[in-house]
Amino acid sequence: MLAFIGRRLLVAIPTILLISVFVFLLQQLLPGDPILAMAGEERDPATIEFLREKYGLNDPLPVQYFKWIGGVIQGDLGISLRTNQPVSELLLQKLPVTIQLAVMALIFAVVIGVPAGILSAVKKGTVVDYAANVVALSGLSIPNFWLGIMLILLVSVKWGLLPASGYTPPGEDLVRSITTMLMPAFVLGTALAATLMRHTRSAMLGVLKSDYVRTARAKGLYERRVILRHAFRNALVPIVTLTALLFGELVAGAVLTEQIFTIPGFGKLVVDAVFNRDYAVVQGIVLCTAVGFIVMNLLADAAYFALNPRLRKS
Amino acid sequence: MMRETILEAVNLRKHFRSGGGLGRTANTVRAVDGVSLEVHRGETFAIVGESGCGKSTLARLLMRLLDPTEGDVLFDGRSIAGLRGRTLRDLRRDMQFVFQDPFSSLNPRMTVGKLVGEPLETHSPELSARERRAKVAELLGRVGLRPEHAGRYPHEFSGGQRQRIGIARALASGPRLIIGDEPVSALDVSVQAQVINRLHDLKEEFDLTLVIIAHDLAVIRHMSDRVAVMYLGQIVETGPSEQVFANPRHPYTRALLSAVPEPVYGRAHDRMALKGETPSPSAPPDGCRFHTRCPFATEECRKRVPEMREMAPGQGAACHHAEKIAAEHGSPVAVTGSGRSEGAERRFAMYAEAIADRGA
Repeated sequence: MLAFIGRRLLVAIPTILLISVFVFLLQQLLPGDPILAMAGEERDPATIEFLREKYGLNDPLPVQYFKWIGGVIQGDLGISLRTNQPVSELLLQKLPVTIQLAVMALIFAVVIGVPAGILSAVKKGTVVDYAANVVALSGLSIPNFWLGIMLILLVSVKWGLLPASGYTPPGEDLVRSITTMLMPAFVLGTALAATLMRHTRSAMLGVLKSDYVRTARAKGLYERRVILRHAFRNALVPIVTLTALLFGELVAGAVLTEQIFTIPGFGKLVVDAVFNRDYAVVQGIVLCTAVGFIVMNLLADAAYFALNPRLRKS
Repeated sequence: MMRETILEAVNLRKHFRSGGGLGRTANTVRAVDGVSLEVHRGETFAIVGESGCGKSTLARLLMRLLDPTEGDVLFDGRSIAGLRGRTLRDLRRDMQFVFQDPFSSLNPRMTVGKLVGEPLETHSPELSARERRAKVAELLGRVGLRPEHAGRYPHEFSGGQRQRIGIARALASGPRLIIGDEPVSALDVSVQAQVINRLHDLKEEFDLTLVIIAHDLAVIRHMSDRVAVMYLGQIVETGPSEQVFANPRHPYTRALLSAVPEPVYGRAHDRMALKGETPSPSAPPDGCRFHTRCPFATEECRKRVPEMREMAPGQGAACHHAEKIAAEHGSPVAVTGSGRSEGAERRFAMYAEAIADRGA
């Protein structure tokens, strides 16, 4: 298993390098020039030239890339053209916020989606199944921003139960941090819960038809044990894969939710950086997301080992 | 001699609806259509038939993995329909199953020890984990596996070994009846005999009653005491195996037997090849269901459904003309002449001639 993970890590390196090249090149295609934005009203040619030279923008592209990637390897993601802060510092500031949001959303999604999927597979064709499907479909079709706004109106404005927006670091006040994040996490989690529910349902339906589930029933086991130990454990692989991939999507999907609830996370950082042509920041964020994605996939692969004994020996 | 009945099917029917919806008419597949049978305590009872004749559905009905559309199954004189919870678990303890496919019927994510030990957990919760492990080891030993196999996963075993794991699992709860749904048909021929012999030994050892469902007559012949032959969801002939094999009364049984290769040189028999395909169980023929393929069919067969009639002690067949066919055609396994067909005689003659020519 360790050898497998080692191999996967080795494969991840070229993947990340490739992504970095893409990110870098795509940046060049973006219209607009950050230097012009920095130079201010007068646009003094000497100033512009000075700034270009200072930020290395006159170098040929490959040189710029290698300078950047060389820094990245040493943990230096460059300096924000806009705020003059190191990008790594910006990321470290915002990342925990978004991760907290994503993790909480994922917990919502798993806690709601997986049991609902199991239930609707076991009770296939009954009212329970239809109800779960209607709810799931609604979860998928209701746009995040609308749900967010409605929740703010209802829960915060009308009932005054939860704070409408903002962010409190968990280190400062854990309870407040969680309650503030409750609504955004729920909003972000609904669509995921629906996706998870649908996938859990179909995986369970497949497994419930299998011979070994019939064997388990024939043994005279309690139905709960048949469903959880025999069926669910075998249905888990696609669910784990999906959860890992969804986590990546969550970080990206957080952009909108963060805007609605004015959470100072990754999403806000990305939007601001793109609008300001803040190359270094955008590159840093995309790279960071990509690495996160790869790590999640790796974790999912590692989970397969735990779930599937057939993989262990080969 | 009347022996005690352990399992009884009474006019069992199972109809499946298929297709239909959105303006199309649904088909009703009559997978099992009026089967009655009795299994005696301590015997090996075989149910044979072609694929698609409904024998697996019948097996599942007997096991109560399916609920019948009509009719009833009695185990020890008690109806098993509608059993739930505790009483159903008790039934599962007394009546166990060996499934056809040893690959898909074992949960791939559980060790053999867990798989075999699980029925013990449910049916003998008083055992400690240590006692359970000891029992599992003993069961594995009984089926010819080693105790240390308990820590392995199903995929690490061959088909025959897996099927033996399945048997150990079935034995774990201490059943009195084991139903095998094609227990060896997924295995290599060389392994089949091994598993069959093992089942047979265990039957004696644990004082079991066996119900074996199979399409392979060779398997049945060697181990069953009584046999029932199924065609299109119904039983067409039943009786003591030796008697049925030696003296089949239903034309379908004759056809099945004549398809079995005879390993004894010089014992060729009238091959009775059946024409055509088995009719669809969603639209079974009127009258005798076998008449579309029966070489002896008459007008009567097309119109009137034959009833099961006693032909010899313990042997019954559902055929209007059973006596007539037996009188005119005798037993299909009779020895004929030199044992060589006319064509074979001619070929032998030609070989002899060719060899003689070359020598010249």
